[in-house]
Amino acid sequence: MGEKVLMKGNEAVAEAAIMAGCRCFFGYPITPQNEIPEYMSRRMPEVGGVFLQAESEVAGSNMVYGAACAGARVMTTSSSPGISLMQEAISYMAGAELPCVVVNIVRGGPGLGGIQGAQSDYFQATKGGGHGDYHLLVLGPSTVQELVDLTMEAFDLADMYRNPVMILGDAILGQMMEPVEMRKRPPRADLPPKTWATTGAAGRPKNVITSLYLDPAKLEKHNLRLAEKYKRMAAEEVRYATHMTEDADVVLVAYGTTARIARAALDRARERGLRVGLFRPISLWPFPYEALATAAAGAAHVLVVEMSLGQMVEDVRLALGETKPVHFYGRTGGMSPSPREILDDIVKIVERGA
Amino acid sequence: MHEEVIFAGFGGQGVLLMGQLVTYAGMMEGRNVTWMPSYGPEMRGGTANCGVVVSEKEIASPLVSEPTSVVAMNRPSLEKFQGMVRPGGLIIYNRSLVDVKPARNDVRVVAVPANQIADEIGDVRVANMVALGAYLGVTRVVGVDTVLEAMKKVLPERRHGLIPLNQQAIARGMEIAVSASAAR
Amino acid sequence: MQKVFGRPEALADVPTHYCPGCTHGIIHRLIAEVIDELGVRERTVGISPVGCAVLAYDYFNCDFVEASHGRAPAVATGIKRASPNSVVFTYQGDGDLASIGAGEIVHAASRGEKITVIFVNNAIYGMTGGQMAPTTLPGQKTTTSPRGRDPEVAGHPIRVCELLSSLSGAAYIARVSVTSPANVAKARRAVKKAFETQLEGKGFSLVEFLSTCPTNWGMTPVEALKWVDDKMAVYYPLGEYTRVPEVG
Repeated sequence: MGEKVLMKGNEAVAEAAIMAGCRCFFGYPITPQNEIPEYMSRRMPEVGGVFLQAESEVAGSNMVYGAACAGARVMTTSSSPGISLMQEAISYMAGAELPCVVVNIVRGGPGLGGIQGAQSDYFQATKGGGHGDYHLLVLGPSTVQELVDLTMEAFDLADMYRNPVMILGDAILGQMMEPVEMRKRPPRADLPPKTWATTGAAGRPKNVITSLYLDPAKLEKHNLRLAEKYKRMAAEEVRYATHMTEDADVVLVAYGTTARIARAALDRARERGLRVGLFRPISLWPFPYEALATAAAGAAHVLVVEMSLGQMVEDVRLALGETKPVHFYGRTGGMSPSPREILDDIVKIVERGA
Repeated sequence: MHEEVIFAGFGGQGVLLMGQLVTYAGMMEGRNVTWMPSYGPEMRGGTANCGVVVSEKEIASPLVSEPTSVVAMNRPSLEKFQGMVRPGGLIIYNRSLVDVKPARNDVRVVAVPANQIADEIGDVRVANMVALGAYLGVTRVVGVDTVLEAMKKVLPERRHGLIPLNQQAIARGMEIAVSASAAR
Repeated sequence: MQKVFGRPEALADVPTHYCPGCTHGIIHRLIAEVIDELGVRERTVGISPVGCAVLAYDYFNCDFVEASHGRAPAVATGIKRASPNSVVFTYQGDGDLASIGAGEIVHAASRGEKITVIFVNNAIYGMTGGQMAPTTLPGQKTTTSPRGRDPEVAGHPIRVCELLSSLSGAAYIARVSVTSPANVAKARRAVKKAFETQLEGKGFSLVEFLSTCPTNWGMTPVEALKWVDDKMAVYYPLGEYTRVPEVG
């Protein structure tokens, strides 16, 4: 174990990116993630990297596209309204198979919304966001340490699959401080070389990076090839954690910060003798459908908790079908559920079910 | 040991720093810790607060919804947070700026004339350290020496000159806590 | 036998999809000649727009990236910043650069990005079938200004060179046409200067070509060239636009 330092989630994600070899950052100010570009503006020059404040999220994300074309490890970060503006470039990068890391420190929406933490961008992150048949790899950390670890890994996954990877955080995770160990993590040795990068056609035929296929048969073929890749991602990149699900009558399902609040509710429920467990998806795409079905197999009820009006709950219902009641408790607009509210809901469910 | 505390006051009173010092000291003493600030426009001239959890156990929620302690540096903060304190918990408030008494009789209440003492020491800006001293004195969540060590890490180097004054302010706050305990 | 005329190495040996009488082909060739002359083909990365030149990556024999509509200067920024040794140029039409990409071009110029922009202005949206462009002349008929562009309703055409030359980061800005051999020669010199500006690290460079669209203008190629000289070059004067000196 190395030495732990106390860091804000936003600063930790920036340092993690640098430690993972990220040398290009493009972004635009938006609360509650401003500590990330501020940190990058200080740190990037120290490591010989590029920091550029773009004129908009639209431009910034297209700068990411350009730097990815040049073969760089590149990242951008924003919060919900800014991420909406980036959907154009994200779709193009998915189509052109460009690796990059996008961090969304989610705040309440829709529209300008608010600046407190939320999970209302789940659909946008996991079901498309931009136009076209594509997927991002989406990871939902719940502690600052996990934010650091997954950010570092995200760069490898992006390079491995030639696909944008999104870290779906929230304002609480970005703003909070927690001890974290910055474990240096060299890039995986088995990453494919970026022979496709547009760095100049010196001694090789030219490289072209595009997502344009005017012939529908060719576009279909391209999309089917992408689909094969998504299938591989779905088979190999499912991540989740469980806590006390083995004997649980009620299994809570929550991700990110909400999973921690749900865990606090679980502790109180157990003190009362209620058999409650927690299933925490870490990869939100691919969603751990099978693992959830297995973990919740013995439970009579499932309670999904989100900082939204119910988005991930749809994936939970897909996982469980009609096998058992899937309940939902959510707060929205930047409000977060309290452990007591969740506990009250658990009690209600147990009493109703009994 | 499981402490969940809210430090609250006007923006500029240094309540985020109070929380950071406790958090950092808790980490140095091998505890699990989290620190969660308020942020955004409400910070501009309005009220600021942070929630700190220091625990021997892994910390589930970093959001403090039912604090064991509240340290209120002004009246709006006292009014906002006093109702959330767990029965048997602690309210410390800055008597220099709060002209009402807390409405709770099921918690321990310690009044600290933080601004007045800070003024006596020579700089009203260390009122937060006086209140922090009182909080440490009553709860003993973390050691004072550790807090002083943490100060070196948390404060930027150019402000390290303030550490002796902060130390004095914390000591005065602890005296209040001791006399409050004696009066009990 | 001595070879006196051939295809530049930086130009691919493929037929283009451009309409008869369109001057994209000449402009492509001039760029390719300059790339060859400067000996930078193996360092060059081009960025194609959304518009008629979307398939430019098929016609140049160098690395190429296809950008989304209007974002070529941002993509070029990302490439150049990540790979400063690359020679980066964008190829953009009037809708791409002056309408949807107006923000990106202004900021790339103001930052003095060391990229070269080839701006092809034919006063109309060609690929989508002849709609009004930001550079469509007053009174000019298009499919979305059927009675002729009315500045009271549709606003005034944008003079890109004049606009960008007010920015301190813009190191070289010129407007050219290819309506005559003399103009082609001048245009080639401008393109070379623009690339040299980039190679010397001086800042942002842009060459605006007044180009033709006989198809959507409803003219013969010869009429179209005459319209460029008689109408466009009046509203959009040819020449170099002096850089505004840095203040302070």
